Amino acid sequence: MRGAKTAMRRDGFSFTRVGAMVLRYWYLLANSWPRVIELVYWPTVNLLTWGFVQSYVATKSSYFAGAAGLFVAALLLWDTLLRSQQGLAFAFLEEMWSRNLGNLLMSPLRPMEFVVSLMAISLIRLAIGMVPVSLIAIPVFGFNIWGLGLALAAFFANLVATGWGLGFLIIGLLLRHGLGAEALSWSLMFVLLPITCVYYPVATLPAWLQPLAWALPPTHVFEGMRAVLFDHVFRVDLLFSAMAINAVWLAGGLFAFHRLLAAARRAGSLLQQGE
Amino acid sequence: MTALPATPADADVALDVVDLVKTFGPVRAVDGISFRLPRGRVLGLLGGNGAGKTTTIGMIMGLVEPTSGTIRILGRDPAEGRSSLLAEMNFESPYVDMPHRLTVRQNLTVFAKLYEVADAKSRIAELARDFALESFLDRRAGALSAGQKTRVALAKALINRPKLLLLDEPTASLDPDTADWIRTRLEDYRRETGASLLMASHNMAEVERLCDDVVILSAGRIAAAGTPEELMRRFGRDGLEEVFLDVARGRGTAAERGEAEVEA
Repeated sequence: MRGAKTAMRRDGFSFTRVGAMVLRYWYLLANSWPRVIELVYWPTVNLLTWGFVQSYVATKSSYFAGAAGLFVAALLLWDTLLRSQQGLAFAFLEEMWSRNLGNLLMSPLRPMEFVVSLMAISLIRLAIGMVPVSLIAIPVFGFNIWGLGLALAAFFANLVATGWGLGFLIIGLLLRHGLGAEALSWSLMFVLLPITCVYYPVATLPAWLQPLAWALPPTHVFEGMRAVLFDHVFRVDLLFSAMAINAVWLAGGLFAFHRLLAAARRAGSLLQQGE
Repeated sequence: MTALPATPADADVALDVVDLVKTFGPVRAVDGISFRLPRGRVLGLLGGNGAGKTTTIGMIMGLVEPTSGTIRILGRDPAEGRSSLLAEMNFESPYVDMPHRLTVRQNLTVFAKLYEVADAKSRIAELARDFALESFLDRRAGALSAGQKTRVALAKALINRPKLLLLDEPTASLDPDTADWIRTRLEDYRRETGASLLMASHNMAEVERLCDDVVILSAGRIAAAGTPEELMRRFGRDGLEEVFLDVARGRGTAAERGEAEVEA
């Protein structure tokens, strides 16, 4: 009877196992300073580049002068989107690079526990990478993204959800196709960069492309960001539309992950996790 | 073909494989194999490259979905409660590593938590003593020698005191002394706990020493099965290596070759 109870407990969702995986990634970051530097380095380079572009353009254009920190805000939010996806995918790739995936797939760790641990480590990586950069922007460019308050929280949650949705799909592809799909974890998000209108309004796009842009959750976030910075208005309608599309986006990502995991089991590709 | 002549009751069976088939497109990688591993025994799964060993082990581990057939592990269907079943199993393979950047202690701590081992610190200390890991517990896993890595991998494989242990070439690429040491630890573990072991190996001396029963696969089918002694007698050979070569080259048993069977 006791054994049956233990078995039932082990078959349920286990936060202990999620904690074990988070601890595993935490040890990795703690033992590898180049990984930590990498998390901060690129967002900082991006911030300085776009921040100085913003400073220059603001002196030439009344449009940009009217919204201090537009490029910086767009950059910080874009990096949030990109790095939430990459944080998820790179944490998973660490298992493939170290040939540890077999140990995990053969352990009691359930797929959803693995996914939740990757989400948690994605947030930790995001915090390590983005908090220092957002603080640098205050003295260097006079822009305090934390001043957006609740709007920032809403933007952040939506962008992270979109990043995770795409991350689930990429992990599924890695399981099914091995390291041959690795390049997608670096590049797939960039497909969204021109269409989601990070640095310009949706109206800039050709009319035929605008419906596609509005079908993507980040577009609503970046339009909302511009509304806050230009008009000092928080567009609740854009927040709700982003949340609704994100719900579908996240569900689609999880569905793709589970289908690709099942396909990998059928194809035997979990036994061969090379290229 | 059923591997073992005895048919123990279900409760006494650690692993029961029935009519297992796996096809990849037109290729039948595993073609209707059946075998049983009674509790407390060691079964050697042998076969040349491409014989179907890895696919069979993959199906037992749940990494590969069988096309047809059934697998029961410790009397249970893996499809119902895979997580709790895996908590009572473990495996070791030289083709799987532990994260290189983590120290041995960190790796074992993570796996102890994954397997929800009670009193993980004591268990790690116990394994460190049994596998002589103390001197490099705080060294990174990536900096270890092949022998040290194998000892750490075995410590990880035993961290949850598994009732069923799957071993894929446990002493591959080890020097004879280290390999012998590992075999002794495996014999100790089996004797002390009554655990069952399924082992794939190309080292016939190792199989003769450790395995109670042997299944030899060829082209996805069971080509021969029995105890090592039975197989040597049936094939009229002095060692499993010669039996293996007979099977691999399709030479048949001693009776089939028209030779007198060797007295047991």
